[in-house]
Amino acid sequence: MPTKTHVQTRINGEDVDFLCEPRQSLLECLRDVVGLTGSKEGCNDGNCGACTVNHDGRIVDSCLVLGVEAEGKEILTIEGVASPEGLHPIQQAFLENAALQCGICTPGFIVASKALLEAEPNPSEQRIRLWLAGNLCRCTGYDKIVRAVMDAAGKM
Amino acid sequence: MAGGTDLIVLLRVNPERVNSPELIVDIKEIPELNELSYSATGGLTLGAAVPCYKIYQNPEVAKAYPGLIDAASLIGGIQIQGRASIGGNLCNSTPSADSIPAMIAHNVMCKIAGPNGTREVAVENFCTGPSQNVLESNELLVSLHFPPSPDNFGARYIRFIPRNEMDIAVAGAGVSVVLDNGTLKSARVALASVAPTPLLVNKISEALAGQPANEATVQEAGKLAKEAASPITDMRGTVEYRKHLCDVLTRRALAAAITRAKGGTVDAD
Repeated sequence: MPTKTHVQTRINGEDVDFLCEPRQSLLECLRDVVGLTGSKEGCNDGNCGACTVNHDGRIVDSCLVLGVEAEGKEILTIEGVASPEGLHPIQQAFLENAALQCGICTPGFIVASKALLEAEPNPSEQRIRLWLAGNLCRCTGYDKIVRAVMDAAGKM
Repeated sequence: MAGGTDLIVLLRVNPERVNSPELIVDIKEIPELNELSYSATGGLTLGAAVPCYKIYQNPEVAKAYPGLIDAASLIGGIQIQGRASIGGNLCNSTPSADSIPAMIAHNVMCKIAGPNGTREVAVENFCTGPSQNVLESNELLVSLHFPPSPDNFGARYIRFIPRNEMDIAVAGAGVSVVLDNGTLKSARVALASVAPTPLLVNKISEALAGQPANEATVQEAGKLAKEAASPITDMRGTVEYRKHLCDVLTRRALAAAITRAKGGTVDAD
């Protein structure tokens, strides 16, 4: 009996298939099997949001999704945010507003912010703070992140 | 496994808590467990695997079951709400589960399937202790049935946490009322995090029926909630603090439920 499952999925607009163990998390599959190390492991229990990816249109903590659940789904990770022409406006705004220090939380914040701004182009500061409550940053104090998201909202 | 937001963590850090399963079945593709159907006469049937965001995105459901919406909107962050289900919150059966007092307030009935067919259990009788419930090892929670909300009905769930969001309730209160011309026809109050299970305070229902929906009645409910609570002291709060919170939260939730029953709106936390 095979010990691994063959998963066919789409990641960042491309067909991808990989072999994973039944209880391997999507985060582990992305990082260790597929080689996309942009999504970070922080707490590995759904508190910090560093592993946030977009899973069929909803942001999720990829540490709380099993790799086998990616079958037939559409996944977006931080590696799929920029285009060949350049950085995404949110990425640009994070740079211009110095919205990162150590950078571990940044991929999660950007993937989460992108989902917000695509659904709600002009959110209030309070809405941004609530939306990003599942993403922890231990460096910036959040103000610069919130300002960057508001800045990006004006440019998308 | 529905959303897996509790189960996957437990499998990693404390598999004994979930009986170290050899096999895990993903139930998210089973149609009956994904039902989300509402009618004004039939009420709401909420499949056990329906994630939180689908509930608060539904305007009809939001209008009819405001206490459920309060709870579904504050469980975890947006990432968790994209996966976590109310059925899973119930089956995890922690005393601090935000959705359970709200469901008790809404008079929810649980549909459970097993090898001998289905059975129904009132939600206030579902949990039997911390992380324990009435489910046998060969049974499955299928759906939650919310009866139609009567006229002049209002409900509210609030909790206290040291942060603004993403935390476990130090205490919580779920309340529903039915008004009849300024009088409370009925009231239900359930408390989170202050007993081994989510706690329906029957004494409040008995004391409040027929009373005027005024400040004195609200004060009385708070006092009874404080008396009914039997919390423990732990890292989140002391016995005294939690009992005090039961008084404050019950009064606030009851006042808000009355406001909603009159057609008013209440401020978000």
